[in-house]
Amino acid sequence: MTMIHFVLLISRQGKVRLTKWYSPYSQKERSKVIRELSGIVLNRGPRLCNFVEWRGYKVVYKRYASLYFCMCIDQEDNVLEILEIIHHYVEILDRYFGSVCELDLIFNFHKAYFILDELLLAGELQESSKRTVARIVAAQDALVETAKEQASSISNIIAQATK
Amino acid sequence: MATTASSFMDSLFQRTLDDLIKGLRHNLIGEQLFISKSLEDIRKEIKSTDLQTKSIALEKLTYLSSIHGIDMSWAAFHAVEIMSSSRFSHKKIGYLAASLSFNESTEVLLLITNQLRKDLSSTNEFEVNLALECLSVIATIDLARDLTPELFTLLSSSKVYVRKKAIAVIFKVFEKYQDSVGVCFKRLVENLEGSDGKSMSAAVGVFCELAAKDPRAYLPLAPEFYRILVDCRNNWVLIKVLKIFASLAPLEPRLAKRIVEPICELMRKTGAKSLLFECIRTVVTSLGEYESAVRLAVSKTREFLSDDDSNLKYLGLQALTIMGPKHLWAILENKEVVIKSLSDTDSNVKLAALRLVMTMVSEDNVIEICRVLLNYSLKSDPEFCNEILSSILFTCSRNFYEIIVDFDWYVSLLGEMSRIPNCQKGEEIESQLIDICLRVEDARPELVRVGRDLVIDPALLGNPFLHGILSAAAWVSGEYVEFAKSPFELLEALLQPRTNLLPSSVRSVYIQSSFKVLVFCLHSYLLNNEAHIPSSSPEKLASGVPDTVLGDGFLEASVITAPKSIVESEHDADFSPGASNHGVSVENDGEDVIHGQTSLSVPLEKDYFTRESIIKLLDMSEMALGPLLESHEVEIQERSRNVIGLIELIKQEITGPLVKKETDDMRDEFKALNMIRLICDGFSEELGPVPVTAQERVPVPEGLTLVENLCDLDTIFADMNLLTQSSLILGTLNLGETTGGSLSDLQTKDDLEPATESTSLLSEHRKRHGLYYLPSEKSNSLYNAYPPANDSLLQQNENDHVDDLVKLTEQSLVPKKKPSHAKPRPVVVKLDEGDVPITSRKLESEENLLSGAVRDALLGNEDKSTSAKVPCGKSSSKRIEKGKQSVDVPSESNDNAADKGKADVGKGSSRRSKGRGKERKHKSGVKGGTQREGNGQRENLKSSRTSKHKTHHGAVDSVNVIPQTPVIPDFLL
Repeated sequence: MTMIHFVLLISRQGKVRLTKWYSPYSQKERSKVIRELSGIVLNRGPRLCNFVEWRGYKVVYKRYASLYFCMCIDQEDNVLEILEIIHHYVEILDRYFGSVCELDLIFNFHKAYFILDELLLAGELQESSKRTVARIVAAQDALVETAKEQASSISNIIAQATK
Repeated sequence: MATTASSFMDSLFQRTLDDLIKGLRHNLIGEQLFISKSLEDIRKEIKSTDLQTKSIALEKLTYLSSIHGIDMSWAAFHAVEIMSSSRFSHKKIGYLAASLSFNESTEVLLLITNQLRKDLSSTNEFEVNLALECLSVIATIDLARDLTPELFTLLSSSKVYVRKKAIAVIFKVFEKYQDSVGVCFKRLVENLEGSDGKSMSAAVGVFCELAAKDPRAYLPLAPEFYRILVDCRNNWVLIKVLKIFASLAPLEPRLAKRIVEPICELMRKTGAKSLLFECIRTVVTSLGEYESAVRLAVSKTREFLSDDDSNLKYLGLQALTIMGPKHLWAILENKEVVIKSLSDTDSNVKLAALRLVMTMVSEDNVIEICRVLLNYSLKSDPEFCNEILSSILFTCSRNFYEIIVDFDWYVSLLGEMSRIPNCQKGEEIESQLIDICLRVEDARPELVRVGRDLVIDPALLGNPFLHGILSAAAWVSGEYVEFAKSPFELLEALLQPRTNLLPSSVRSVYIQSSFKVLVFCLHSYLLNNEAHIPSSSPEKLASGVPDTVLGDGFLEASVITAPKSIVESEHDADFSPGASNHGVSVENDGEDVIHGQTSLSVPLEKDYFTRESIIKLLDMSEMALGPLLESHEVEIQERSRNVIGLIELIKQEITGPLVKKETDDMRDEFKALNMIRLICDGFSEELGPVPVTAQERVPVPEGLTLVENLCDLDTIFADMNLLTQSSLILGTLNLGETTGGSLSDLQTKDDLEPATESTSLLSEHRKRHGLYYLPSEKSNSLYNAYPPANDSLLQQNENDHVDDLVKLTEQSLVPKKKPSHAKPRPVVVKLDEGDVPITSRKLESEENLLSGAVRDALLGNEDKSTSAKVPCGKSSSKRIEKGKQSVDVPSESNDNAADKGKADVGKGSSRRSKGRGKERKHKSGVKGGTQREGNGQRENLKSSRTSKHKTHHGAVDSVNVIPQTPVIPDFLL
C-alpha cells in the first residue's frame, strides 16, 4: 500500500494549518488524531528519525521553519518516498507564494488545499513536475479571478440588487 | 424586493474569510467565543439567495471545520447548492467543502450524482478535476456505479491532465463497485502501455495498490511492468513498480530471475535513497535466493547503517530484520552497529534494533540474548525498558515456549523481570507464570521458589504494576506448596501486614493461598504424628471418611493395603507413577510418607511440624485474618471466614486440655486428620483440561433439552456460599469421576460417576468414544476427561467469583502427564485444538472479490487486447465467448495448462440483484471453489459488459463459471 491516509500541517505552537483526509475519519476521530499527533510530533527532538510509529501506522513528518508537515502511511511503506513528497509539496508552495511562510498558508488555506490536490489524489502522488503544478494552479487562479471580477463588477451588483 | 435588498446588504457587510482569519488571530474576545459568533453569522449568511454571499459563508465554515474542527455536516446541502453554481469560483468552494466534510453517510450524496456527472463531462478540465477530486474522497457504491460510464470515457480523454486523474480515481471506484472493473480495466491497461508518462505513472500507482491486495491477478501484466522497470527514469514510478514486483516475484520464480539484474543495476546507479531502499527491500523480501543481489543489498544496507541520518539507520536495521532468518551472516557482519543501536538516542532506531535482535533469538542463544537485553532494560528509559520486556516475553512464549529449554532459567528470568523498577508488564508475566505452572510440571519447584521470593518481599507490595504478578506468585506457591522449602515462612509472607496494600481481588488470592498452605502444614503435621503412632484400627480410619467424598483410588487402596498406604493412596490421583511410590512407602516406615507426598521436593524434616509450631501457625493466621472478617469486600471476608472457621475447628482438636490421655489425644488427631485430608483432597485434585472446542463436540443426549439462557441459575446460586464450597464441590465431583492417570483407569472410574441421567448418558458415550474425547495423542500426555456438561456449567456459574479456580479453567489446560526426566526439555502441555488461537479463517473479502474481478477482466482483456506484446494463445482458446448471456459453459474447459488450482466450478449459478450491483454469491459448499466461482461469474458479467459497453445495469441471469489462472507469456520467462 502506498496510500497516504492523511496530511496534517501543524505549527510549532500546535496550531493546525491544514488537514486533509484520504481515509475516512469522523470529525471526532480527526480531532483526536490531531491532538494525539501534535503531542507526539512537536515533542520530538532534532536529529531524530523523521517519523513516529503510531497506532500501527507511520507518521512521517518534517519541519520547515515553524511548520511541521505530517503524512500518515502504512507501517511497511517507504518513509523516504514520503519525505520526498513532503519536500516536493513545500517546494511547490514556495514557488507559488514566493518563499512561503506560515502566514501565507494561514490566509490562503484554500490555495494550499488546491495545490495539495494537484499533487496528491486519493492519497497518491499525481504530479511530479513542479512546473506543471505551478502552471495548472495559475490557470485555475485565473479562472477564479475572472469569475470574481464578473461578480463584483458594479453593473452586476446593481443587476443583483434590482432583480 | 425586501429580501433581495437584505441579501444585498448582507453581501456588502459580510465578513470575508480574511476578516475571519484576522479576527481569530487577534483574538480579542477569546477564540471559542469568536468562533461561535462567526458561526452565528455564517448560519445566517449561508441561507442567502445570493450565491456570492453564500459561498463566502461556506468558505469560512470550511475553514473553521478543517482548522478548528467545527462540525459542518449541517451545511451539506448548501455545499451541494454551491457546487452546482455555474461560476467556477463558487464551484471550487463548494467542492472543497464537500471533499473535506462529506463522507459515505452524508445524506445529500444522493443529490449530487447528477452534478458530478455533469461536471465529469464538462469541457472545462478544471471542473472535471474538481468532480474527480470529490469523487475520490466520497465514492460510494452508488456513485461508483452511476458514474462508471463517465470515468470510462475520461480514461481515454485526450487531455492528459484529466486522464491521469481519472486513472487515480478509478481505484476508488473499483474498490466500491467491482463491476466497474469489467468496464474500465482494459482502458486502464491501455494507459499502462501507452506512451504518455503521466498516465502510465498514474496507472502504475493504481496497480501498485491493487497488487498489494492480491498480486496473483496481475501476473499477466508482468511484461508491462518489466518494460517500465527497465525503461522508466522516473524514481516515483520506479518505486511503485518495485513494490509491484516485490509482491509478484514470490509467485513466479521465473519472473524473479528476470528482474534480479535490472534491480541490481538500479541499486548500483541510483542516487536517490528512497529508490535505493525500495530496491533493497525488494531484494530482501522477494529475491532472497539470489546471493549476488543479496550481497549487493547488504553492502548498501551497511552504508545506511553507518550513515548519521537516523532515518537511514532505521531503514538499514529494518532491512536486516527482513533478511534475518535467512541470511544470518548479514546480521553478524553488522552485529556491532546493531548492538550499539540499542542505546541510540532515537526510540525508533532502538525499537528497530530490538526487533532485529529478537529475530535472531534461537534455542541456543536465548539465554545469552535475554541477559544482554535485560541489562539494557535496566539502563533504558521506562518506555523502552518495557518494550524490551514485552519483546522478551513475547518471543520466549511464542508457540508454547518453543525456544525455551531450561524452564528453571526462564522462570527465574520472569522473577527477575518483575523486580525491574520500570516493569509494567505485570499482566503478561502473571499469565505466563500461571501458564507455565500449568503446562510444565517440571518447572513447578522453581516456580514455587520464584513465587516465594516475590511474595516474601514486602517492598513489592507497594507497586501496583506488580500486583498481577504477586497474585500469580501467591497462587503458585499455594497450589504447589508441597515444593516449598518452608511453608511456615510462606504462610507468614502471605499474611504479612503489608498485604493490605493489595487490591481485593489479589488479596483474596492471597487468603486462599494461605488457606492451602495452612491445610498443607496441618496435613503434614498430622500425618507425621500418625506415622509414629502404632496403627490401631485401619478399618475405623477408613470408615471415618465418608465414601461419597472419597476418591475410588483411596477407597480401593485403603481396603486392600496396610493403613499407612492410606496416606499414600490419595496421592495416586496426583501422581500417575503412584503405584511404584506406593510399594516403596509401604515397606519403608513413616519417614517416607511425607516424602511420597512431596515427590519431587526436598524432604521435610520429620520434626519440622511440631505441635508448638503448628499452634503458633494457627495463632498467627487467626491474628492476621481476624480483622478481615469485618472487611467490606465479600471475597476477602468470606475467604477469611473459611480459614478462621477451619482454624477454630482444628484448634479444638489439637489443643485440648493439656493433660489428657494419650489415646484420646490420638483419636482427636485422627478426627482432625480426616477433616484435613478431606480438604486436602479438595485442593490436590487437579482440574481436567478442557479444550475450547470440547463442549461443542459433546452431542446433546436424547431427551435432554438445553436451555439457551442460564440466567435463572443465578438466582439459585445467588445466596450460596461461593467460595470454598465451590472448590470442594469441584474437587469432589472430579474426584468421583476423573482421577485417572491412564485411560484404563478412566474406564473403571467412570463406573463410579454420579448417576444423574445426563451424566450417565455422557459417561456411556465417553466409554464408547473415550479416545476421541480429548486429543491427547500429540502432546503425549494424558488428561482427565472433562466433567459432564452440566457440571461444567454449574462450575462456570459458581466459579464466577472464585478467581484462582477461574484461572485454572480459563487456561483450560492441565498438565497431567508422565514425568519425562529422560528428555532434555520438559514437556510442555498443549492441547491439539482449542488451545491454539483459532487461526484466522480468511473470509473472502471485498478485495478478493475485487481482484477476482480484475483477474477476469485482465484475462478477458488480454484475449481481446490489441496489445501485440502479450501473446496468450493458450488461454485465449479456452475463453468464453464474449457478449453471450446465459451461456452454459461446460466446466471441463479448465484443462488450461496454466491452471493450477483444481477448482470446483460450475456448481452454482450466480445471480445478480439487479440495479444495485451488489454481488450476491451462492455459497457453494466447496471451499476454494467459491472464489473462482466468483471470478467466473464476473467474467461473464464482464463479457456482457464489453459487448455493450455502458449497459452495465443490465442483469445477467444465470451464467456458468469458468476458472482461469493468469498466464505469463513465455517470452518473458
